[in-house]
Amino acid sequence: MDDSSPSPLVGKPHPAACYAGMVPLRDPLPLELHVPNPPHRPGASPILAPFTEQPGDLPRPDTLAPFDALRDHATGLVRVLDDQSVASGQWNPQLTAQQLRHGLEMMLRVRHFDTRMMAMHRQGRVPFHVTSRGEEASAVAGAMAYAHRDVLFPSYRQPGLFLVRGMPLVAMMCQIIGNRFDHTLGRQMSVHYSWRAGNVVSISSPVGTQWPQAVGAAMAFAYRGERHVVGVWSGDGTAAQGDFHHALNFASVYRPPCVLHVVDNQWAISTHRSLATGGRTFALRADAYDLPGLRVDGNDFLAVYAAEQWAIERARRGGGPSLVELVTYRCDAHSTSDDTSQYRADDEPACWPGGDPIERLKRHLVGLGEWSDESHAQLNSALDHEASATFEHAEAYGSLANPSEISPISMFEDVYVKTPDHLQRQFEELQSEAADQERLPPTVPFSKPQQRAVG
Amino acid sequence: MPTMNLIQAIRSGLEVMLERDPNVCVFGEDVGYFGGVFRATQGLQERFGPRRVFDTPLAEGGIIAAAIGMGLNGLRPVPEIQFSDYMYPAFDQITNELAKLRYRSGGEWTAPLTIRTPCGGGIRGGLFHSQSPEAYYTHTAGLVVVMPSNPYDAKGLLVSSIESDDPVIFFEPKRLYRGPFDGEVERVPPWRDQPSAEVPEGHYRVPLGKAAIVRPGAEVTVITWGTMVHVARAAIEQSQIDAELIDLRTLVPLDLETITASVQKTGHCVVVHEAPRTSGFGAEVIALLQQHCFYSLEAPIERVTGWDTPFPHAQEWQYMPSRQRIVQAVERSLAA
Repeated sequence: MDDSSPSPLVGKPHPAACYAGMVPLRDPLPLELHVPNPPHRPGASPILAPFTEQPGDLPRPDTLAPFDALRDHATGLVRVLDDQSVASGQWNPQLTAQQLRHGLEMMLRVRHFDTRMMAMHRQGRVPFHVTSRGEEASAVAGAMAYAHRDVLFPSYRQPGLFLVRGMPLVAMMCQIIGNRFDHTLGRQMSVHYSWRAGNVVSISSPVGTQWPQAVGAAMAFAYRGERHVVGVWSGDGTAAQGDFHHALNFASVYRPPCVLHVVDNQWAISTHRSLATGGRTFALRADAYDLPGLRVDGNDFLAVYAAEQWAIERARRGGGPSLVELVTYRCDAHSTSDDTSQYRADDEPACWPGGDPIERLKRHLVGLGEWSDESHAQLNSALDHEASATFEHAEAYGSLANPSEISPISMFEDVYVKTPDHLQRQFEELQSEAADQERLPPTVPFSKPQQRAVG
Repeated sequence: MPTMNLIQAIRSGLEVMLERDPNVCVFGEDVGYFGGVFRATQGLQERFGPRRVFDTPLAEGGIIAAAIGMGLNGLRPVPEIQFSDYMYPAFDQITNELAKLRYRSGGEWTAPLTIRTPCGGGIRGGLFHSQSPEAYYTHTAGLVVVMPSNPYDAKGLLVSSIESDDPVIFFEPKRLYRGPFDGEVERVPPWRDQPSAEVPEGHYRVPLGKAAIVRPGAEVTVITWGTMVHVARAAIEQSQIDAELIDLRTLVPLDLETITASVQKTGHCVVVHEAPRTSGFGAEVIALLQQHCFYSLEAPIERVTGWDTPFPHAQEWQYMPSRQRIVQAVERSLAA
């Protein structure tokens, strides 16, 4: 073809493409970008409607029931304790008074731990902390329903889960400080625990990455035919991640024994749940994967335990995964680096319709005649003392003021099974730098303007 | 001893490990019943059953994440990512999770994955079936990065990778699957004429972290890996220069000893890779060599690489380093 021939790249729309523009638009709505706004910003007087759902509203199907027998559970709310903290309905897990007292004690221990860490942060003795105030039931009741050999993948907001799985309080505090008894050897930021002895997997900061990993861990149990269950937790913000879909999709395809929990605490730093989803509930998403979804009052210790027990039994019997949404409220800031007064109404935590999980369980136990205000006060004071004494104990192994020596070689270990040559050389480089620094007088850069070489 | 092409050698390595270790499992997109788009897993599901060799949803991030969970719960997964160009959805899981799991948990949790993935150009694959992304993974501490260039090494390195408790990114140069491409564009020379195509049926290892001297020589050192090993060898034969050709085989950990010994001997060096130039792994190799061999060097170290462009479709052979470009670089080095 010679250069004078017309370019074949010039075209015009085919008649087939011309019909769409000819249809008149019927009753158009205004078209604009919808950016959701949370209900209450600073300065507002928040009003949150009370729960309309009551204990007894929802039946408790057999744990091998088809997933769609639980459709109402994905939009409703599984409750056991009513507004007077009286238990009723099919979901009542019939726990013994001893079990309930254990749960209460564990939740209170978490609360005192959080309170102490926040106080120590204000004194500059803790570098960073994330509390779980108001959400203790979701982690404590959740973890109590699992057997030891089950494997758990928490997020950073489930300290109660680590305590239930046997991680000593002092070990958690040493990790937070990053001293020589830090279980993660000073490598991870505060509250990113790991506790293999309790089959709790190491926490990482990117949110949601643990979700499809948890499904994979459950696939390993199914692969070996072992009737153990995997549990995974995250917040509502995480439900926006691609990993959330990966997890549900792999769970739905391979049906391994696992329970996936969205702890819907309304806020992800300043991001309200209305930005995490345009849908009504998180539990409802399970329906699209042919999995049961349960929406649960996350501040109702009995309801959390009951839903957990149901989903775990289903998984152990071979019925596959479930998605559990625990509806709760993040009473404190995201972390010690956050300030809620910049983005949410100060009074919002106080008007959360789910109330306080510790108060509700306490009232229930008192109503059963198994607890009293006096025993509660005694426990409070004992746990307050425990938290402060344990922190002193933890600081004895190294504090921010008197850091313990963690050998620099440890920085180069566990990158690989065996430290390779190039890391060994880099360690030696660091050592020779340190030796040089000891020989040279300390330099004080830019201390006096006239001593500066330039400028 | 049987001769195998590179794809048969990979399959044989998987077969040996599936036989030896009940915790080894193989999965990925089209990997199970169909046997993989390059046929690397052909027949494995039939032989070992769908529990050990299975298909996955089309979700690279999900595949690697699930593999991490399986790995930390006692299995030894060997997931396949169909093309290394499609590994980026799993980048967070690989670099933030897999690579750091042992470190971040103080050694409590590990996931011994071997991620197999075809890489490289020469198959008319355009932008998204031709990439050589190995440098990204060499930049993340905690990963072992391997790229074999022949059937014998492929099987031996795959066995070592699966047996390793470190996570391994195992790149398979796809243009080499069916023959040792030597830069002659239209020709597919058969593997059976190559000594490296003699592959034992059973279990053997090629150690990780050890380079191979493909061809000893005295005048100049040519360092490369993957497909370029064969192109460089053809270039050396064509130029009749007495060059020493080194196949790195493992990029991390790098066999610094072998390459520095060679460059100290020859005083001249050319690094060749298919991946783009800027921040390619060649840059690291050259930085190390100038540090460790500075007083032996008689010329600036040359590099021949893919260009800093996306991998083009129609201009594939202008993009990939050719024998001609390698010969020119070797001659420049010797003339300096």
